[in-house]
Amino acid sequence: MTDTLSKIEKRTAYTLLLPAVFLVFAIVLFPIFANIWISFKEVQLKDIRIPEPRAKKIVKIIPEDKSKLRIVYRLRNSSLIQDINNIKFSDRLPINIEPVDLDSRCEFKSKKIICNFGNWEAGYKENFEILIQNTNNKEIDNKVIRDQKPKLSGDADNILLTTKFTLKNFKNVFNENEFLDLLLTTFYFTFFGTIGAIIFGMFAAQLVNQKFYGRTFMRSILLFPYVGPVVALAYTWTLMLDPNSGTLNALLVNFGIIDKPINLLGQKYLILSLFGFEIKLRLALTTVIMFEIWRYFPLAFLFILARLQAVPKDLYEAAEVDGAGPFRKFINITLPQITAILSILFMIRFIWNFNKFEDIFLLTGGASGTRTLPINVYQQGFAVSNIGMGSAVSIVIVMLLIIFMIIYFKLIGKRANEV
Amino acid sequence: MKYKPLFIYLFISSVFLTLVSSIWKIMATLQGLKLTEINLNINFLLALFLSLAFILIGKKFNHLIKIVILSLIFTFFYILINEGAPIWYNIGILLICLFFTNRLKNYDLNFLREDFISEKIIFDFLSLFAIVFFAFVILFPFYLMFVTSFKTQAALLFNPLDLSISLTNNLTETFKSYFVIFNTYDFGRYIYTSSIVSIGTVIITLIFAIPAAYAVARLNFFGKTFLSTSILIIYMFPAIVLVIPLYTVFSQLGLRNSIEGLLIVYTATTLPVAIYMLQGYFKSIPKEIEDAGLMDGQNWFGIIVKIIIPLSLPAIASVALYVFMIAWNEFLFSLMFLDNPKTFTLSRAINHLTGDAETPRQYLMAGSVVVTLPILLIFVYFEKYLVSGLTAGSVKG
Repeated sequence: MTDTLSKIEKRTAYTLLLPAVFLVFAIVLFPIFANIWISFKEVQLKDIRIPEPRAKKIVKIIPEDKSKLRIVYRLRNSSLIQDINNIKFSDRLPINIEPVDLDSRCEFKSKKIICNFGNWEAGYKENFEILIQNTNNKEIDNKVIRDQKPKLSGDADNILLTTKFTLKNFKNVFNENEFLDLLLTTFYFTFFGTIGAIIFGMFAAQLVNQKFYGRTFMRSILLFPYVGPVVALAYTWTLMLDPNSGTLNALLVNFGIIDKPINLLGQKYLILSLFGFEIKLRLALTTVIMFEIWRYFPLAFLFILARLQAVPKDLYEAAEVDGAGPFRKFINITLPQITAILSILFMIRFIWNFNKFEDIFLLTGGASGTRTLPINVYQQGFAVSNIGMGSAVSIVIVMLLIIFMIIYFKLIGKRANEV
Repeated sequence: MKYKPLFIYLFISSVFLTLVSSIWKIMATLQGLKLTEINLNINFLLALFLSLAFILIGKKFNHLIKIVILSLIFTFFYILINEGAPIWYNIGILLICLFFTNRLKNYDLNFLREDFISEKIIFDFLSLFAIVFFAFVILFPFYLMFVTSFKTQAALLFNPLDLSISLTNNLTETFKSYFVIFNTYDFGRYIYTSSIVSIGTVIITLIFAIPAAYAVARLNFFGKTFLSTSILIIYMFPAIVLVIPLYTVFSQLGLRNSIEGLLIVYTATTLPVAIYMLQGYFKSIPKEIEDAGLMDGQNWFGIIVKIIIPLSLPAIASVALYVFMIAWNEFLFSLMFLDNPKTFTLSRAINHLTGDAETPRQYLMAGSVVVTLPILLIFVYFEKYLVSGLTAGSVKG
């Protein structure tokens, strides 16, 4: 009895899970593995379309004899790279109309012209002509003929399904001179973006945890940057930082802080001299990191605030009795209470910033030293149109991610349940 | 008498007053005032005198009379030192000063003798400044977006500092950018598409996620622990590594440039987090209620529809709002999959506007307001639900 019950339970569970699991497998897990396949292939963006045979039908009237019509089919192979095999063609004719002197590749059967064109090599073109006549010797209505579309079919190898593999993509990815630079940029962006967001989030949480007038309002607006659509916010920032008519540059020039506008998003380096040392600051990258911090500190804020509100009040009261000031209280009570959440936040935000694409793409498009790994996927795959390379970069990202996750679960996985 | 707290108090409060009045000056400049000097040093000295006078007078007078007189004196000298400015600007200075001195209510020489007073002063002013700072930094871009959409190209280029909205113009002139984006750029259609896609994603995600979350939360089956850990791991994989294979497959299946394609992808990418959030809540529902349902001869469908869903409406609302937000704001997939203007979502349409360098920026900002406003309104109205959704799902972003 119990056995059948547990069987029923199992079956119910699988039925309930199947749709969701199937969808996630198809759209999330399958592509991750498909990346491995594609990354070992030489595929360009234009190869993705499956080659197909095409025919454009042109009807020409013969003025001397209205009972006859000349049809020209402009045949071609849509692909410039791949052959198509075993091409079948068919076109229907109205009643009482027949072809005259049909091409040897074709036959006329039950009001249909059926042809067997065999193989077309890549980029094949042909003008295929047929003469038709009305058996009643009446005029042919050419509109009827024109409206009838021919049908074509053929077999072509899907370049994605062939078993030709190459290591070229990975060689290119790693041999690229800029690969180290790419990796460094990604790490700068990820690390400083994460740390900055957490520090600002901590300040904001500490602030909102006190009582003051307008506290709920403050809590709402602190989340605005995260809730707003990235497209709108990124373009607003671009506009604000614009060197020619942006508000920020205009303000700085107006108050005499800088002499001439700075292109904050388009300048790779800013040379600062501090105490006689020349420091090359990655300007555009810094600006993008600022945007990143601005947009994602609300998340850190939300987490830390939730934790702060759970800290028992009597801890602070006890500390006050012991004669601790606000600073000591923060160091000795608040900080130890939130270290767990801070480390979890750091790992999670690190992984997510590492994958960030939209923000950088919309602000700089990856120009002026802001090209990170995710931007490189896009640029290789869609700007350079090399799908194989793009996939290879994706694989590099997935590999690094798996390493991060292993570290995450080793260090924090057990602790996460305690918080 | 220790002098250290006194100096710290003087320094911090003067810095604070100087910074706040400078922020006021910047805001006034952005309303078209021609102010070009910040005068940090002189204003700092002035603030220093005010703080000193305040602490020396102590509690000898009525608080209200004291702050009004001191503020008036401060404002008088401020006007003398700084450039001529209109009345409303100076009234602003007076109000800032009143607010500041009112904040100092407790401060006198005795107060400065308390324990840890220096730290308390620092924390006090730091948090006060932080409120101003955070509010300014966060709201400014939104304000800029909003104001720019009401401006004309000429006005923007002539004086980028003038962010005032002129109320004298007639309405058609002020809302011109909005008329243009709706008439010429067809934004009505994009709002429709975005709404359909977002609401569709919410509905389909819930239909898939509720049964799955119920199974994970309640039923025993082989591979349960594996499944519940893999949910989070799958969720960690970013959209950017899915883009190329999905692009190729969708091109070959003809699913690009279709709403259905977007719906499938959005649903699949939000499903893991939806299941994760819902199963946590389902576990907190007492099992006895379900057992009662089983006694009444309900099958799993009846239990989910009649017991689980009514009891977990708040959690479902959180998930729905969170998923709606993700789908409404999504950009990467809509950039990849849509290149026919007839199928654009709002985000994609705004991105398309920037493709043409000639597009005036006020149209761009009007579009941005159109995409931002609904989600902010929804957020403010349903804040409670959305915040709990964000906290649960905010491992991603």
